Amino acid sequence: MKKVYLLGKIFIGLMLAVMYLPIVILIVFSFSGSSGIGAWSNFDFTFDLYGNLFTNDQIMTAFGNTFLIAGISSVLATFIGTVSAVGIYYLHRPFKGIVSAINRITVVNADIVTAVAFMVFFIVCLNYLDGYVALVIAHTMICTPYVILSVMPRLSQINPNLYEAGRDLGAGPIRTLFTVMLPQLVPGIISGFVMAFTLSLDDFVITLFNKGSGLETISTLIYSSTKHGIDPTFRALSTIIFIGILAVLIGINVYSASRRKKALLVGGKA
Amino acid sequence: MAEVNYKKKKIIEITNVTKAFGAVTAVDDVSLAINRGEFVTLLGPSGCGKTTLLRMIAGFDLPTKGKILLEGTDVTQIPPNKRPINTVFQKYALFPHLTVFGNVAYGLKILRVPNGEKKLKNGSVKQLYRKLTKAEIKAKVERALSVVGLAEYGYRNVTTLSGGQQQRVAIARAIVLEPKVLLLDEPLGALDLKMRKEMQLELKRMHSELGITFIYVTHDQEEALTMSDTIVVMSDGAVQQIGSPKKIYDEPANAFVANFIGESNLLAGNMIADFKVKFLDVVVDCLDKGFAKNESVDVVIRPEDIELIDEEAEKAQMCGEIISSIFKGTYYEMEVVAGGYEFTVQSTNGKEVGSKVGLHVTPNGIHIMKKMRATNEFIGEADGENLVWMCKGDFELDLPEGVEKGDKVKVKVPFDAVELTDDENDGVIGGNVTQSIYKGTYYQVQVYTDTDEDFLVDTSDEWDINDRVGINLRREKVTVEKVEEEEDE
Repeated sequence: MKKVYLLGKIFIGLMLAVMYLPIVILIVFSFSGSSGIGAWSNFDFTFDLYGNLFTNDQIMTAFGNTFLIAGISSVLATFIGTVSAVGIYYLHRPFKGIVSAINRITVVNADIVTAVAFMVFFIVCLNYLDGYVALVIAHTMICTPYVILSVMPRLSQINPNLYEAGRDLGAGPIRTLFTVMLPQLVPGIISGFVMAFTLSLDDFVITLFNKGSGLETISTLIYSSTKHGIDPTFRALSTIIFIGILAVLIGINVYSASRRKKALLVGGKA
Repeated sequence: MAEVNYKKKKIIEITNVTKAFGAVTAVDDVSLAINRGEFVTLLGPSGCGKTTLLRMIAGFDLPTKGKILLEGTDVTQIPPNKRPINTVFQKYALFPHLTVFGNVAYGLKILRVPNGEKKLKNGSVKQLYRKLTKAEIKAKVERALSVVGLAEYGYRNVTTLSGGQQQRVAIARAIVLEPKVLLLDEPLGALDLKMRKEMQLELKRMHSELGITFIYVTHDQEEALTMSDTIVVMSDGAVQQIGSPKKIYDEPANAFVANFIGESNLLAGNMIADFKVKFLDVVVDCLDKGFAKNESVDVVIRPEDIELIDEEAEKAQMCGEIISSIFKGTYYEMEVVAGGYEFTVQSTNGKEVGSKVGLHVTPNGIHIMKKMRATNEFIGEADGENLVWMCKGDFELDLPEGVEKGDKVKVKVPFDAVELTDDENDGVIGGNVTQSIYKGTYYQVQVYTDTDEDFLVDTSDEWDINDRVGINLRREKVTVEKVEEEEDE
């Protein structure tokens, strides 16, 4: 029995190592200016790469582009997705199932297919549209289904009498929507937004096919620079992005844990 | 003068209200007046239309036909937020993102109160309104919370409260707006028995303290008898009886009410003369008159109205044998077989199982009810030789002469002409058993067809409510008449 337990521990340790060791190595080498990774002989501990990062215009522009596109398209996707989820939820029998199924198709569809499809669409229907507008449209469209999927379950948890309770207490339909129904959806909307933002942030395939020339995001910039060996500065950039996302994740967890605790404390008081 | 006063007393008048959802009629031509300050209970089994009726009073559903008046004004089409009526929902429907205080204050923040008048340039006077101040809202919320016994709970998150506490918040949220009518939709349904009993008394206290008209929906007859000034018994979307709890218990209007409220012995009988009813081959004195000679009626005898006496005693009207006896705390409940009927008797004097007893009922303890209907009547269409199309089924029946295919016919089906089958497919059509009442020597069963029509059936078998059954007709007992139609040409 004890042996099995130990084996399990070793297995988990191995799994975690495989998952996180690459990232750890990347972080370690982000503190070395050496262009050859893996050679410990010329490992010099410096912050040079981080310094370079902020003076490298190409990287800073790509960084800005990435966050601009992710910001705009995730806000749009959150709005469209929330409204669509409400609409789909109140559809009648056959249509509800059909529309939900169509929504899931876009989620499981291969990125490369979506990417080529958007490229063809922009060429045929929108006169060779590319650049920011094309990317915002494409990213909004790939993110929206995820928002719908995260808002829908919240809708089905709402007490069906809640809307009527708002109306009963004197609120008109619009006021009830904003003060009673919307607050119930907020957790779903937030998680949908976060999902949409990260999805847009690390999208590569769709961006590559639709960005046109001249516009680079982080992922396409890294890709194009691999042709002449990876610029060591990207190690610092990757480290910063990883730490940033880790910080946001920890922040969200700590916040929700403290909220739960507060609710319990208040509950136990009387 | 008296007439005027009477009219003023009415706060809600419902006239000929019908509500249909597609092919199903949930509320069927209901008329009802509710007096100011009354505690009225709409009572009936699930699916009888009581909640739909309540939702129409609240404004959540619009009647298909009919009118609803509030203090004499037609509110039939007014949206719920414009009605001075508030609702306590079955599952509370509290706003989970708000605290207890926030929930109760929700309506107050929307409320506008009169705030003087303003003379317009054209000479007319405009009524001005203002919001309540924060201090006013706080005072009102605190008062409402103390009425429901939750004075210290304002800051609490509603999701951390127990079911009973949530229910109190829901009540506070509704009464804080000082509605003219408070609607309660099975508010105690989700609570355990002890909590329910406590809340019944609490609600009764709040009703007398606040002086608001309460309309209460429940399927629990005991709850209705405990709390109400007036009970409205509903079944199949129609009102069966309106009256005080005592009146409804003592003088049920029909077999359904008698069976639904309290325990009762229901028997089929005949009025052989005024003040004389015959059932189970005995003639017994009663207080009812005005029936046709030998009219068949339903007889109700409450278990506590039967006196068990010595078998040989002179006043024994029937003799029977005790087959079971259960001590219920303050009385014994006994089953007595007499004349082939199993009487339920409640008495403080327990008798041994197996002992022979005489039964005696005073005229006061016998209640006679008119039969709801004597035969089932349907309109169908002749569908070929000896076939009638009705309730979406082809029945083999004898057609009178001169009836041709396509003619409209009226089909009269006596209760004992219907045969029920266990397997739906063995019948011409299928249906759901919605009611089963034991009438002494047979069961009267009500079966709803999928076409929303109902058959009353006399049968010696017991059928379970909600069972699917097949329906066949005994051809020789059914009469078919031609319906004369006015020609359009």
